[in-house]
Amino acid sequence: MPAPARRIPHPREKRVVFANIDREGYTPDIACYLRNGGYEDLKKAVTMAPAAIVNEVKASALRGRGGAGFPCGVKWGFIRPGETKPIYLICNADESEPGTFKDRYIIHQDPHQLIEGMIISAFALNVHLAYLYIRGEFPLGAKILEQAIAEAKANGFLGKNILGTGFDLEIYVHRGAGAYICGEETGLIESLEGKRAYPRIKPPYFPAVLGLYQCPTIVNNVETLCHVKHIVRMGGAEFAKIGTPNNTGTRIVGVSGDVVRPGYFEIEVGSLTLGELINDLCGGVKPGRKLKAIIPGGSSAKVFRADERFKIKVKGADGALVEKEIGVLDIPMDFDTMAACGSMAGSGGVIVMDDSRDMVETLNNLNQFYAHESCGQCTPCREGSLWMRKITDRMLAGGGVECDPATLASVSNNIAGKTICAFGEACSWPTMSFVAKFPEEFATRATKPVPPPTPPEFLSEALTGEGR
Amino acid sequence: MQIPPELTAQIDEAISHYPVSKRSASLPLLHLFQEHFGYISEEAIVWIAEKLELQPIHILELVTFYPMFRRKPPGKNHIRVCKTLSCALAGAEELKTKLCAATGIACDGHGGCHNGHGDPVSVSADGQFSIESVECLASCGSGPVMMVNDDFYEAVTDAEIPTILSQYK
Repeated sequence: MPAPARRIPHPREKRVVFANIDREGYTPDIACYLRNGGYEDLKKAVTMAPAAIVNEVKASALRGRGGAGFPCGVKWGFIRPGETKPIYLICNADESEPGTFKDRYIIHQDPHQLIEGMIISAFALNVHLAYLYIRGEFPLGAKILEQAIAEAKANGFLGKNILGTGFDLEIYVHRGAGAYICGEETGLIESLEGKRAYPRIKPPYFPAVLGLYQCPTIVNNVETLCHVKHIVRMGGAEFAKIGTPNNTGTRIVGVSGDVVRPGYFEIEVGSLTLGELINDLCGGVKPGRKLKAIIPGGSSAKVFRADERFKIKVKGADGALVEKEIGVLDIPMDFDTMAACGSMAGSGGVIVMDDSRDMVETLNNLNQFYAHESCGQCTPCREGSLWMRKITDRMLAGGGVECDPATLASVSNNIAGKTICAFGEACSWPTMSFVAKFPEEFATRATKPVPPPTPPEFLSEALTGEGR
Repeated sequence: MQIPPELTAQIDEAISHYPVSKRSASLPLLHLFQEHFGYISEEAIVWIAEKLELQPIHILELVTFYPMFRRKPPGKNHIRVCKTLSCALAGAEELKTKLCAATGIACDGHGGCHNGHGDPVSVSADGQFSIESVECLASCGSGPVMMVNDDFYEAVTDAEIPTILSQYK
C-alpha cells in the first residue's frame, strides 16, 4: 500500500495538535515522540494538583471538538468533588460524521500525543480506568494505539505508580463495529457495556453523573484530549489568547467535495472565513465551475447556499453591537458566528458542492446515510429517516409528486426535538435545509399531481409506468 | 467449531480488559471470531454467550445491530467501498461498478451490492472477493476510498484497480 502523500502545512495554518502530522521523518513510536519532547507535559501535570489542571482547562475555554462544541472545562466540572464511585474517562475516536477526517491522522501518525492527553486528563479527573473507543473501520489505528499504550506502559507513563506519583491508570482500546450512533456519547457508553448503542435519555443519564456502569464518566473527542496536553504546557490563559473569545484555540477543519485541493488544515478558530478556506487554502472550486452549496460542519450541519446573505451582530469600534450583513463566504470559521448564520461549525468537516451537482441527489445520499444509521430506538427518527430516504429515492426515480417538498419538510420537522438523542436533529437538518434553500430543484423533481399511493415500495414503478 | 489455543488466549486477554463487566467483552469477542472464522455463525453466538454468562439473544442482537458483523462467509478478500457524500462526489459509485466488473461480481448500480446488515453481499464466483458498500470511512478529503480486508486505499483511480486487486489473489 503506497503511503499517502505528505502535505506541507499552508502558511495560514497554525499547527498545534497537527504539529507532527506529515512531518518528514516523524514516526508513531515512543522513541520518536520522546525525542520531540513527548511526555514532558505529563511530567509537568503530575506536579500540579488535579483541581489546578481542571482550572486550567476551564480557563482555556476549550470547546469540545467532536461536534457539539460544549465547553470541556464545564463538562469536567460536572464531576462532583469527593466522588466516591469510580470515575471513568472515555476517548471518543468513533470519527464517523461524514465530511470529518482528522482523528485518523492523529491516531496513525502521532498516537502518543493522544495517549499523553488521556493520561493527563485521567490524572486531573482521578480516573484509574480509561477506554479508547475507536471505530471498527480503523483496524490499523487500533493496532497502532495498542502498540503506543504498551510502549507508554513499558516507559512508566501508564500502569501502576505512574512517574513515581502513586497514580495508577490503565487504558484499553475498544473497537466499535460500524455504527455511527456510537459517536453519541451515551450510545457509545451502551456499546462499551456490550449492548446495542441505544442512546440514553438525559436527564437522568448525563454521563458525568450516570455514565459507564452507572458511574461518573467523561467522554471527550480525540482532538479535545490532545488539546488538554497543550493547555497544560502553555497554561489555560495563554491558550485562550489563541482564536477569539469563547472560540479559543486551534481546530482542525477538513474540506472535501468539489474543490481543487481538498484536505485538512489546523487553523486558529475564527482566523479565516469560509471563503478564504475554500478559495485560498483549497484552491477554490474546480476550473469552469461555480460554487453552489456548502455544508460547513459535517453532514448534519444545515447547508448554505452560495448566494445566501446573513445579518449578524458584531462589535463595532466603540464596543457596541452593530448589525452587519455578510455573505456565506464571509462567515468566520468559528462556533458562534456559524450558529448565528443558522448552521453549525460541528465537527469541522466542510463539504463543498459546485454547480454540476443535483441537490436532490446530494440530499438523497445523506438520507441514505441517516436512514441506515438511525439506531431505531425512537419512532420519529426510525420511521422519519427512512421515509425521507424513500421520498428522495422516489423523486430521483422520476416519481416525484407535487406535495413531496412539503412532505419532506413536514417529516423532518416532526423528528427534530422529538428524539432521545441529537441524531434526530442530525438526520432532519439536511432535509430541512436542502428543501428550504433549493426549492426550485425539488419542485422540478416533484411535478406529478398524483398523491403517493401505498405501499411505498411500488411508488416509483407505479408513477413512472405507462398509463398514468 | 474448533477454537485454537491462540484464539483462546486472545479471548481471555480481551475479557481481562473489562474488570467491571464481562458483558463489555461482547464486541471484542465478536471481532475475534469474525477475524478468525470470517463471519459469525450460530455456534459462535452461543459459544460467546456462554463464555460471557449471557443469553444468546444478547449476542445475536449485537450481530444484527452493528453493520460490520456478517452472518455469512465473505470472499477470501473483503472489499468495502465508501458510498457517503464526499466519496460519492469523488466518484465512489463508478469505483464500485469498476470493482464489481474486475472481480466478476454482479452489481445493480444504484445502492448496488448492499444487502443490508449482516449480509456479506455478493461473493465472486471464484470466492476470491466480496464487495460491500459502506457508509463513511472518515477519509473524505481523499475520496473515493476503499478497504481491502484491513488495508486502506485513498483516491483510488481506475488505473490502480488491477494493481490493487492483484496483490490479493
